[in-house]
Amino acid sequence: MNPGQELHGGDGEAQGLPIMPEALDRLMPMHLLLNQAGHITRAGPSLQKLRPDQQLAGARFLEVFELKRPAGATRVSDLLRAEGGRLRLTFRSCPRTGFVGLVSKLPGDAGLIVNLSFGFNVIEAVQDYALTGADFAATDLAVEMLYLVEAKTAAMSESRALNQRLHGAKLAAEEQAYTDILTGLSNRRAMDEVLERLTTSASRFGLMNLDLDFFKSVNDTLGHAAGDHVLRVVAEVLRAQTRENDLIVRAGGDEFVLIFVGTSNLDQLCDLGRRIIASLEEPIPFEGEVCRISGSVGLTVSDFYTVPSVEQMMQHADAALYASKRGGRGRVTVYTPELDGMAPAG
Amino acid sequence: MHGLINRAVQCFVRDIYGPQAWAELAASVGVGIEGFEAMLVYEDKVTEQLVSDLARLRGRPASDILEDLGTYLVTHENTRAIRRLLRFGGETFLEFLYSLDDLPDRARLAVPELDLPQLRLSELEPGRYILHASSHHIGFGAVLVGILRALADDYGTLALLELTGEHPHEELLAIELLDADFAEGNSFTLGSGLASFSQEGAA
Repeated sequence: MNPGQELHGGDGEAQGLPIMPEALDRLMPMHLLLNQAGHITRAGPSLQKLRPDQQLAGARFLEVFELKRPAGATRVSDLLRAEGGRLRLTFRSCPRTGFVGLVSKLPGDAGLIVNLSFGFNVIEAVQDYALTGADFAATDLAVEMLYLVEAKTAAMSESRALNQRLHGAKLAAEEQAYTDILTGLSNRRAMDEVLERLTTSASRFGLMNLDLDFFKSVNDTLGHAAGDHVLRVVAEVLRAQTRENDLIVRAGGDEFVLIFVGTSNLDQLCDLGRRIIASLEEPIPFEGEVCRISGSVGLTVSDFYTVPSVEQMMQHADAALYASKRGGRGRVTVYTPELDGMAPAG
Repeated sequence: MHGLINRAVQCFVRDIYGPQAWAELAASVGVGIEGFEAMLVYEDKVTEQLVSDLARLRGRPASDILEDLGTYLVTHENTRAIRRLLRFGGETFLEFLYSLDDLPDRARLAVPELDLPQLRLSELEPGRYILHASSHHIGFGAVLVGILRALADDYGTLALLELTGEHPHEELLAIELLDADFAEGNSFTLGSGLASFSQEGAA
């Protein structure tokens, strides 16, 4: 329905439709009546509430409001040029609240009626002017909209909190999935991923397999608690001897793998292997007893291969490790092709 | 039952009886100390056990505790959002009472899975009303008594409230309004709950 037509379509009928100003206030608490000279003759109570220090009735409409659409209006009669009677306007003084409005001509020379609404500015407006539900007509959906905004904001903040907790739990689970619980070192799963990444990106790296020697006898003579303690001490030794970026993996019971990212210098790696073994051979006190272990190391580096494959490098490091064990334990062996076929199958 | 309801019980116990009381209740029900997630849905029996274990641990009837829970939801600082959302129901306590018919729908607008009891207000005579609360679960009525008492205070209205009937799927509340302007109510402006919203919008 076009309200303009309704009011001045049939003059007789429209004039025969009396509406009390008080009813207008209640139905449209943000309306304005304008005379032909462009003065406000009546302002709805909610609109007047927005300007407590200024009597709106009597003021010139275009001095109180700045018209955004229709643009370039200088006289009140220009309002009627608005497409569909739709207006956009703001207060000229602060706070410069924005409004959407509808304008319609009153019968005869009675002037214009303008009804205003906050549109999307309603959220700022209710805060700026401390409005209550009574300031809106019961048919205006503003209050329902504000209810929804608040309810959804509350629900959203709960959801966001849940998401954050779940995200934290996910990170913790991921960390656990890549960590050996006893020693806090990385596990096989982490190793597979890192090796895959290093070989795919053709990065330079060193691969060291380390088996503890005499660990089984610690376990057998002093018990599992002693064994667990030794494994934790070994983890500390390995952490102390390596750099932050190196990956230390507990690959199985007493088997460890060390990956040195960006390092393929065999002299350095052999030195490091010997230092590690020397540290492992330090006696480890446990509940009044002393545990003694050593370690055997097998080494290979990515430089040995034109196209390194994870499987092949692991085999070669194992072959070198086996050579160390066979050679009397407590030593470091670097892979050479002559070692092929000497490691026990599996 | 929706996690929001379990979570409300959890926050109530933590804020009113203290963290130790919550830890005991959580252990008794067999949930972790971190408790319930407000945005997940739990089995009904969890909520039933939560309430019955709480009553046992506090040595008080469940209905008394649930009434306190209702009061807590309206008056405590940590549940400010609930008081505000309820106050959207009307400009006066009576208007609010009539808005209760829409409460489950209003709640669903915010949280679609939240299933609150169906409420229906009938007027016996001016100033005297009966509120019918229909639900598969007994206990909402007591919570409502607490909520409505606290809200009547919030509106500055003097009202008598009483749980008068309990049927398998319906609880009845008698409401008597004695003085609509008994005291200065707490103010409720539409914008004051939106500060956080605007900040988030600006961020």
